[in-house]
Amino acid sequence: MDGGNHDILIEAVDVKGYYDVPKGYVRAVDGCTLKLRQEEIIGIAGESGCGKSTFGKILMGYDKPPLRMVSGTITVNGVNIYSVTWNERKRIWGSSIAMIPQYSMNSLNPTRKIRNLIVDAMREKFRTGISESEMVQRAEHRFKDLGLSSTALDMFPFEMSGGMKQRAVIAISTLLNPKVLIVDEPTSALDVSTQRLLLELLYYIVKRKIVGSMIIISHDIASLRQICDYMYIMYAGKIAESAPMERMIEHPLHPYAKLLLDAVVTPEPEIRKRKLEGIPGAPPQLIKPSIGCRFSDRCPHVMDRCKSEEPPYLALEPDRFVACWLYGEGMGTDARRHDQS
Amino acid sequence: MSLKDLLRHSPKLLVGTCIFTFFVLFAIFGSTLFNVDPTKPEFGSLETPSFDHPLGTDILGRDLFAQLIHGTGYSLKIGIVAALITIAIGVGVGGIGGYFGGIVDEILNLASNVVLTIPTIAFLIVIAAYFRVRSEWIIILLISSTSWGGMARSIRSQVLSLKTREFVDLAKLSGISRVRILFFEVLPNMLSYLVMYLALSVAGAIGSEAGLSAIGLGPTAIVSLGMLLRWVIVWEAVRYGAWWWFFPVGLTITLITLSLLLINDGLDQVYNPRARRG
Amino acid sequence: MHEDMIRVEHLSKIFTTGFIGLGKRIVAVNDVSFNCKSGEVIGLIGESGSGKTTTARLILKLLAPTSGEIYFRGKSIWTMPNREYYRCVQGVFQDPYSSINPVYRVKHLFNNTSNLFREVPKNEASHRVKEVLELVHLKPEEVLEKHIDELSGGELQRILLANCLFVDPNVILTDEPTSMIDASMRVIVLNLIKELSEKHRKLIVFITHDISQAFYICDRMIVMYQGLIVEQGSAEDVVLNPQHPYTKRLISDVPKLKQKFKLSMED
Repeated sequence: MDGGNHDILIEAVDVKGYYDVPKGYVRAVDGCTLKLRQEEIIGIAGESGCGKSTFGKILMGYDKPPLRMVSGTITVNGVNIYSVTWNERKRIWGSSIAMIPQYSMNSLNPTRKIRNLIVDAMREKFRTGISESEMVQRAEHRFKDLGLSSTALDMFPFEMSGGMKQRAVIAISTLLNPKVLIVDEPTSALDVSTQRLLLELLYYIVKRKIVGSMIIISHDIASLRQICDYMYIMYAGKIAESAPMERMIEHPLHPYAKLLLDAVVTPEPEIRKRKLEGIPGAPPQLIKPSIGCRFSDRCPHVMDRCKSEEPPYLALEPDRFVACWLYGEGMGTDARRHDQS
Repeated sequence: MSLKDLLRHSPKLLVGTCIFTFFVLFAIFGSTLFNVDPTKPEFGSLETPSFDHPLGTDILGRDLFAQLIHGTGYSLKIGIVAALITIAIGVGVGGIGGYFGGIVDEILNLASNVVLTIPTIAFLIVIAAYFRVRSEWIIILLISSTSWGGMARSIRSQVLSLKTREFVDLAKLSGISRVRILFFEVLPNMLSYLVMYLALSVAGAIGSEAGLSAIGLGPTAIVSLGMLLRWVIVWEAVRYGAWWWFFPVGLTITLITLSLLLINDGLDQVYNPRARRG
Repeated sequence: MHEDMIRVEHLSKIFTTGFIGLGKRIVAVNDVSFNCKSGEVIGLIGESGSGKTTTARLILKLLAPTSGEIYFRGKSIWTMPNREYYRCVQGVFQDPYSSINPVYRVKHLFNNTSNLFREVPKNEASHRVKEVLELVHLKPEEVLEKHIDELSGGELQRILLANCLFVDPNVILTDEPTSMIDASMRVIVLNLIKELSEKHRKLIVFITHDISQAFYICDRMIVMYQGLIVEQGSAEDVVLNPQHPYTKRLISDVPKLKQKFKLSMED
């Protein structure tokens, strides 16, 4: 990793988060480990149902029923987030860690002007000693910073385009300069040019230190590739592989990661020259996961061991982790006990 | 899901269905099991409940239990038939206007809005008073002709949204006629809503009948629950302290209405499950 | 012999809102002309508001044009009776969960489609249904009796393609067929669509906002913007050597794997 402080802002170790439903438990996050450093932009990629959105919520401490944090530890800015009460967590949401959930631009109250939404949000979530007028003033500056004119404050959400709304959401969520920002699917439902502007905006707010670090959750690997330093690829509730972005793109190790990257279509000349292979079959149900590796029924390199034993999430290099029997016992260091400081 | 599953899923639905079925059976089989003429004043006046007269008698010496049996029967008949007619009109007007659009929709929608905004009670009173002799069919038609407005609007908006769904386009690409699409593709998606609305409509119609009768504008030749209420009022049963006379009628109307509301609520629970709250 | 399957000439569609058309006027399709030959995959690319979906609906006779003509094999499509036309031209839409009536089982879809083939006896038709399901790698006994909530997006989309094959039209218009499907299944569906054109000689009109997917399977591409055609040509020409500024911007804004955006705010 180059430059920047190596302070660890989030450390999640072997986290399990399940949904309590009548039929049993949906094991949406089933033993995931993650580390986020200062000034880092991390991507969590995966297809629908892999558990990435749930992982984002769990990382924040947002385990609202039926979601439940079952085991593992998560430390956010030094605080063991599941050892404090919900109300204490509410206090740090917004200032220490903030989240922009999926479709948030559609959940802006259409009957309130943006200016009033800021006041609402402040009263609801932000509980600090800053006065209302000061907060709106800060919002004005922030809006300008993010490319929105201050007249946007007096608009209603339906008067704004998708891109403007998304910017407004980002501005409001980062008013208290949270150390960590988690964004879930920031670019869905926007057209291509707006998506690019938004990605640039997210990059900008980290570089200009408006937020400390960022986690972006997305199914769009090509978008993540543009601004993330490091990427996690999730499959069926587990992390299949994690690596620095360049290494992951150049040389993915886990068979799923390889197939997923191969299935990315881009307007580059190579795409015309060969036939792409998708991944036949479907991911397993998370309510009754099978024994052994979750990808074994679709994996082209499946071995006998894969069907009976789950591969551990191990480090192959100091910065690179894979959960796959093809790579044996890795460096022999279990990720859960690995220290990288 | 099957009827059994439905009933198991929602206790409200089960309770509501049981109570309503009880009253239906009561109305159908009551007179064969208890064969007494409710209109003949052949017994003693204001007798308290006894084995011969389970609900006693009224001031004219008529058996009250027989009255209740007949009254329930006619009220249910009026309620159900009026509700079915209301729904038929509402679905027809809302469905055709919503699906075909254009000038047809403008006219039908206008009609629905007019019917919806006319003050029903005032209108019913005026019209009912105009008829000297009112059969149950007059009452049924009066009630259904004034209550289809809300349903037509609701069906229309659902049809408007359903007709843009892609399965409707695909049906068109199969060369299926628009009328067939409306009845076989679009409307079946609203079945659950229609059943719920039916329960509410029946409750509403029974209430309307009771209201009309209570002020003396009900059916002139038959004994309905509303008529029983009317007699309670006219003969001042309360003044006589004849609880066996005024209490059961009100209770019956209340329970029937309650059972229908429970059915409606229970169906709502089944068809619109809300996310679990922690 | 590559004949002109579909020819669009000066097609326009104007929508008016408000009571008896006294409100706003939206020109969704503005004097659009192009032609397509059998056996090719032609991409109709544009973002929301470009008019591509409206154009598709006009070709599918789901909308009537304000002006202009559409010809199928030289005949104006509005002179052809629907049942004849739809045996030649079919469509596959975006949302697989919305394309089959949720009240019925999957077999209802094929029952509806057999309306186009009233002269074919029933058992022949069911045999054909099983055949086409197998062509898209699905097992008929596993899908026909199910409701849509028991099947995945990828399975449903393949069922819709099978429905198309059941009709065996000359032209298939697919409107964003993969936008609601995951990356891994998407490629499989794209390959299937390509196969329809190569193996079965059908004209495929592939309508999408995603120029990358179009680049993968299209022979020719038409780029639309605000109701107008801004660029058309072979897929390689349009993507690797774009002429119109809109096309250029569109392609440069698509995130790629081999190179990163030049982030304008880099420190």
